[in-house]
Amino acid sequence: MLADFFEYDFLRHTFLTGILIGLIAPLLGTFIVVRRLSLIADALSHVTLAGIAFGLFLDKKFAIAWITPFYGGMIFSVIGSILIEKLRGVYKAFQELAIPIILSGGVGLSVIFISLADGFNTDLFNYLFGSVSAVSRNDFFTILGISIFILIVIGLFYKELFTLSFDEEHATISGIHAKRIHLLFIILTALVIAASIRIVGVLLVSALMTLPVAASMQLAKGFKQMMFLSVAFGELAVIGGLISGYYLSIPPGGTIVMISILILLLSIGYKRLSVTSKKRRTAHEHA
Amino acid sequence: MSEAVVTMNNISYAYEHKKVLDHVNFEIPRGAFMGLVGPNGGGKTTLIKLILGLIKPDEGDIQLLHEPINKFNQWNKIGFVSQKANSFNRGFPATVYEVVSMGLTAKVGYLRFFNKTHKAKIRQAIDQVGMLDYVNENIGNLSGGQQQRIFIARALVNDPELLILDEPTVGVDFENVKRFYELLHQLNEQRNITLLLVTHDTGTMTEHATDIVCLNKQLHFHGDPKAYAALSEKDFSKFYGHPVNLVIHDH
Repeated sequence: MLADFFEYDFLRHTFLTGILIGLIAPLLGTFIVVRRLSLIADALSHVTLAGIAFGLFLDKKFAIAWITPFYGGMIFSVIGSILIEKLRGVYKAFQELAIPIILSGGVGLSVIFISLADGFNTDLFNYLFGSVSAVSRNDFFTILGISIFILIVIGLFYKELFTLSFDEEHATISGIHAKRIHLLFIILTALVIAASIRIVGVLLVSALMTLPVAASMQLAKGFKQMMFLSVAFGELAVIGGLISGYYLSIPPGGTIVMISILILLLSIGYKRLSVTSKKRRTAHEHA
Repeated sequence: MSEAVVTMNNISYAYEHKKVLDHVNFEIPRGAFMGLVGPNGGGKTTLIKLILGLIKPDEGDIQLLHEPINKFNQWNKIGFVSQKANSFNRGFPATVYEVVSMGLTAKVGYLRFFNKTHKAKIRQAIDQVGMLDYVNENIGNLSGGQQQRIFIARALVNDPELLILDEPTVGVDFENVKRFYELLHQLNEQRNITLLLVTHDTGTMTEHATDIVCLNKQLHFHGDPKAYAALSEKDFSKFYGHPVNLVIHDH
């Protein structure tokens, strides 16, 4: 089943990229979910779409090829993340307002650039829903670089990110630079989203950051265990989704998300069963 | 006179135009177990925020461990258990060990990892609050009283000289409140940690405190529990700003 993925270069790049994003998206997703910032991934993915459309527009209208849609998306995503942080500072009492503002801004810009670039084409469709054949050798090495960078930064700042996620007030009092760490975190999120879009697509990228975490939350004891389980579920969904997407000729974004939902349902079911049997055992012991 | 851990000279603070602290002077002597009481809006939380350096006074100066607050950088020597500690997200998947380890994050510093000594310190702090059996338990599965002990362990892991607790027993049942005060008493007596405890629960507090401070914008009383117990309804009415009827009860 996997033979094709190793035989053809483009499939190999897709497969290896899939493994990378199956690692980094749920890894960062654990922090996003516990900080109740799941919608930030959605806002940033829509800003990324604007960047992709901007790249397509430059290429079509002005034949500027050095800002590829992939790089355009990454630049817009990082700028969007910084703007979200600024807006959260402006609306301190209503920080969630930053998300719809940036999300609608992203969609608005996307519509403008898509029409200026003469509407939809196959490439844009791939960016929306992901593709098994869209990852070039260059894209792969960029995503590899991003992944290594993200792993190093998370490794180095794990304890600060964790402390901030649990109790921002305590973290600030104890002397952690909450604003700087938060900015770093949101830029990492923007990079993960830009890196993941080639495989899962703009519309489904936030699912890869949140669904594996939602599933592992049902089962994990402690934060580190939740992180490991999220990554395991993420990898399972990405590998399963890529293979099934390829053989069924379906964009992998859809299959990856559906496998993630299946894992989520199974983990909820497992948790319920174990809670019920525990209750029964306790009742039996007391009887 | 004993050495002061915190000195506040002539402190005033206002939120916009509403004055909440008006020329307050007081000291927390080293080794004291100080109870801070007062009506809501009387400036208790503001006073704590000032000591923690979260806000700056409009007037006056503050010294922490003999250093002016603007030059003070030994924040790990000041532990804080906030009122919000028991309103944290109970679904957050963190074990007792992980929560207590957060107390060391700032002390260990950026780009550094926990070593064996740090790990032993974390276990020791959990042991001190009598929660070692729960070290790998998710904090959300513990009772309110147990969770409060864990937040104290998070503060203790830094070996603080001063521990500030802002209404830590809100929502904790009577039996656990009693145990909680016994723990504080032990920390104060055996480890010589200076305690500043903001509370409405004056009954149990007066059994353990060495100093009591009554604050309602101004300092109305600073003395020992005996002197506090001798205050009359008239004194309390003056202090609270409205008539007060005292009811003495066992709990």
